[in-house]
Amino acid sequence: MNMILNIACLGLLTIGIIIFFGAAIGVLRFPDFYSRMHAAGLCDTMSTICLLMGLALYQMHDLSLPNLLVVGKIFFIVAFISLTGPTSTHALIHAGYQRRNRPPIRDSKAKEGSE
Amino acid sequence: MYPLISFSLLLLVWVIFSGKFDWFHLTLGVFSAAFVTYFSADMYFTDRKIGIVERLGQLVRFSRYLVWLTYQIFLANLYVLRLALWPNGMSEIDPRIVRIKTYLRSNYARYVLANSITLTPGTITMKIEEDILFVHAISRKAAESLDGEMERRIAAVFESPTK
Repeated sequence: MNMILNIACLGLLTIGIIIFFGAAIGVLRFPDFYSRMHAAGLCDTMSTICLLMGLALYQMHDLSLPNLLVVGKIFFIVAFISLTGPTSTHALIHAGYQRRNRPPIRDSKAKEGSE
Repeated sequence: MYPLISFSLLLLVWVIFSGKFDWFHLTLGVFSAAFVTYFSADMYFTDRKIGIVERLGQLVRFSRYLVWLTYQIFLANLYVLRLALWPNGMSEIDPRIVRIKTYLRSNYARYVLANSITLTPGTITMKIEEDILFVHAISRKAAESLDGEMERRIAAVFESPTK
């Protein structure tokens, strides 16, 4: 049982770190402001959630009440991050949209015809 | 009824955050939860026409939607990682803004749709004007993933066919 918990916890932590790494590379490599926001804002949210889930699993090694309370607090952090991540990304990209040159608007309905 | 629900939710949050179960802390929690409920109970659950049973159904369907959404976010993350790490990923990037007309009526459902679109990497909602969403997509494939499946599922959660 401990073995399975350890493997799941390590797996989640590894996935989180890989996604973080990819996000950092993406911020460096992507061509313009908007596409950088994709890497910076959202992969960060996902990887933080993965890391926190791994830590929550690690806390479940012995199921005592204080440990379960810590797990509950970690879930609160996850909920807040998944709410604030998109919001801050939206705020940044909206500010950029009002100030900078914009990518062309294309209608989703006319996607095949226009290209 | 609704003040009672928000009172118990607040008390639950208090218990989780304090982690102490002696009488002093519990009484303190009851008092502060009651105080917060007194001046903010009419801020939550603004649509009071919906019954309790319908609310519970929404909760169950919404958690099922969250599981599906997490899976989608994971897939989209893999896609953005491939763009960032593979050598030829850059050539696939083709940023664009897509306009989507939504048929969701309530503000909350629209908010959930916009937030879900933003949470999936590759697509970010830039603004909502009435029922039109401006979505920035990183590539053609990301734009094509906005085919309305998400909208259908959110409609199934929040806008039940009985209404």
